[in-house]
Amino acid sequence: MTTETSVVSTAPAVVSWRQAMQKLDNRLLPPLLITAILVTAHLNFGILEAYERTALAIVTAIAAELVLGRMSYGTWLHPASAYISGISVGILVRSPFLWPYFFASLISILSKYVLRLNGRHLWNPSNLGVSAVLFLAPETVSLLSIQWGNNLWPMAVIWLLGSVIVWRVGRLHVSAAYVVSFVVFAFVRSAITGNPWQATLAPITGPMYQLFIFFMVTDPKVSVRSKWGQVVVVIAVACVEMLFRLNEVIYAPFYALFLVGPAALLIEMAQGAGLKAQGSRPERAVDKRSASSSLSRP
Amino acid sequence: MTPPRQRALWVLWSAMFVASLGAVVALNRATAGSRGPSAGTDGTMRHGFRLTESAKRLGIDFLHQGPAFDARLDHIMPQVAAMGAAVAVGDFDRDGWQDLYVTNSAEGSLNRLYRNKGDGTFVDVAPALGLADVNRAGTGVSMGALWGDFDNDGYEDLFLYKYGRPELFRNDGGRAFVRVSDRAGLPPWVNANAAIWWDYDADGWLDLFLAGYWAEDIDLWHLKTTRIMPESFEYAENGGRKYVFRNRGDGAFEETSAALGIQSRRWTLAAAAADLSGTGYPDLFLANDYGISQLYANQGGKRFVEVGHESGVGRTPKSGMNASFGDVFNDGRLSIYKTNISEPGVLVQANDLWVPRARTAGGGVEFENLASTMGVDLGGWSWGSQFGDLNNDGTLDMYLVNGYVSAGERTSYWYDFAEIAVGHTRIIADASNWPAMRGRSLSGYQHKRLWTNDGVGRFTEVAQDVGASDTYDGRAVALADLSNRGALDVVVANQRGPLLVYTNTVSPGRHWIAFDLEGTASNRSAIGARVELHWGGRRQVQEVSGGSGFSAQNQRRLHYGLGSAAEVERVVIRWPSGRTQTIDRPQVDRLHRVREPR
Repeated sequence: MTTETSVVSTAPAVVSWRQAMQKLDNRLLPPLLITAILVTAHLNFGILEAYERTALAIVTAIAAELVLGRMSYGTWLHPASAYISGISVGILVRSPFLWPYFFASLISILSKYVLRLNGRHLWNPSNLGVSAVLFLAPETVSLLSIQWGNNLWPMAVIWLLGSVIVWRVGRLHVSAAYVVSFVVFAFVRSAITGNPWQATLAPITGPMYQLFIFFMVTDPKVSVRSKWGQVVVVIAVACVEMLFRLNEVIYAPFYALFLVGPAALLIEMAQGAGLKAQGSRPERAVDKRSASSSLSRP
Repeated sequence: MTPPRQRALWVLWSAMFVASLGAVVALNRATAGSRGPSAGTDGTMRHGFRLTESAKRLGIDFLHQGPAFDARLDHIMPQVAAMGAAVAVGDFDRDGWQDLYVTNSAEGSLNRLYRNKGDGTFVDVAPALGLADVNRAGTGVSMGALWGDFDNDGYEDLFLYKYGRPELFRNDGGRAFVRVSDRAGLPPWVNANAAIWWDYDADGWLDLFLAGYWAEDIDLWHLKTTRIMPESFEYAENGGRKYVFRNRGDGAFEETSAALGIQSRRWTLAAAAADLSGTGYPDLFLANDYGISQLYANQGGKRFVEVGHESGVGRTPKSGMNASFGDVFNDGRLSIYKTNISEPGVLVQANDLWVPRARTAGGGVEFENLASTMGVDLGGWSWGSQFGDLNNDGTLDMYLVNGYVSAGERTSYWYDFAEIAVGHTRIIADASNWPAMRGRSLSGYQHKRLWTNDGVGRFTEVAQDVGASDTYDGRAVALADLSNRGALDVVVANQRGPLLVYTNTVSPGRHWIAFDLEGTASNRSAIGARVELHWGGRRQVQEVSGGSGFSAQNQRRLHYGLGSAAEVERVVIRWPSGRTQTIDRPQVDRLHRVREPR
């Protein structure tokens, strides 16, 4: 879960709310939202069993990013991206032990420096880190699987805030496409399995999915560049997830993104190479706000 | 940066990446391996004891029958009708031998009272004594039972809690049981899975705590609606109400929960009481399914204050299914063991061992969960558990039963369960939204856990090694010295399975001592009495319990292993009345019957 950088112009002395929103460094929006979600959820619903586990995940991610970035590029990288990776690990991973939080964060950050092609990392870092510990340590690690209490309002607030944030960073179409796809595929699954549609639809009402929808599938660093391409990819993620779910894979969305995200990037790179060979340029993203300042760095 | 340096760094990061993945695999194996089932019976006594399943040899041939509710629950019947196997240990006829009351849960099925004949065999006397035919259609079915002398006549009476009409049976001199539920003033219908005897106001009469699981207006055989399920997997408060029946001493009880401040609609599966805060009055711990635990601090027997959050035990919602207390460090402090769900690859809630750490500002106790540190966290879909010194080495060990629904082998309902469990209340609360189980298992065929305690902070899993090898769907476990040999045997009640009795053989040379208390100013069962044993520079505290674990009651007598120590320095008994009694140098390797001094 990384965010992109935007250049901010000189601010006037008095700014409107709208101007303030536009002025705000985009890199800070997702960290702010996810922190707000975590704090609110914990104070209201006690979703964290122990602060030290989440803290360990965050500190590990930031420390790894700073050290690896400094050694690799000779500069201190902005910690926002690592912070989101760490806090996502801290929220999503459930384990009575400390080590899964440490290694999930470390693997997340390391993946950005190891699993690269043409100067881009291929996996959403925390998607990879969380998927790795879920897959490799099933006896001791599970995933956040609780609700936001019994009321609709916390869920509504998060959906609203999350939508605003992803709109702000030019990724609302990605989240929306995923949600629509999930709902459609939920009814398809219901028809195939005979399970009530309420049951197949149930996961998307939980907090784990909200984190997935607003922070994982929207990661610009591992998205293809065209807007419609992003929509197609996220529909593919939902489709693969459905196939996993039909095979009763509990962590279907994470594994689906794990497989589809890099595959889409590889296809895009191959297409780009082909176009280059023909003397043309690959399609660039239209939305300036979603353009990454540097694709050569994590 | 030069390409060779970049390449070198990439190699370095890659090595770290691979090493991290390897470390995850290794740590997972090491962690799960140390908590998973032990290798298998090795025939030796290297753990200091051996268990032999001997129910049939003892004359016990009981197979639990589960309930069958309204047909609208057929698609999920195995999981909603998954409780009812219970066992309570008590000496109903005062012959000095521990007897067993065992519940059955199908309509029309018969409960059993296995009288210990003292010759190594048991005989069912429930029909003759009026305690068998208690599951008649229209009255509900049994979920658990408790022995306690509510009328202080010296004979243990029996309280039976059900999904249905709770019943109180007065013990008539060990010769018969008389139903006195109406005279006692018990409610007409409670869907309960937990109850305890306690004397919360220390007036010398046993009171009763009864915890509803399903809401009490639900008749599970005749549903008015299918919206009966928990409104949330983690925050449900639409369960049954709680009752405190204060014993007036005249055969009648008055319901005092509201006046005492014990009002909760959480889905309680286990309750236990002990003096956790050192006030001399019993505090109440509730292990709740679908939510946080609750700890009610007793304010001088007049009021209770819920301190779960302040104390730490009630912060994180899990699936509580057990409540038991044990002095795991031999330091005179009782820890709380609460079981939850752990299913590899799906849900790792892990069990909780709440060890008292410090005093809170308000004078209460703050607890710290040391289950992972001490190695007693992963026990599968855990149910009942009890503390007891099974190898007589002087430290409290722990026996845990587990397994939810063992149906089709190599099938699992977990995916469907996990899918709907995260759903919003409008989805999860309606049984008709739940996917059909279709004969699939849900955390079935699990190996039990038996952790021996090294006394300095580490438990070791030895169940298979010592012979506890069954994989039935365990619910209740109770510990009792069934043959008066100075060893705790293990009785396990399995859902839709046989009652198991594991006879315990302890290595020679290990000493023990036991105490059978009888109150005078205190309640005659001495429930709530606190006994601190001092020997060889060590000490251990135990309290006489009116029910602990899940749907279970250990023997009332207190058993202490002493290891190689052949001498006990002293025993300090704090009776529920507040009186303190000290016994110097009691003889070891024998049971002491102690009557409260007047």
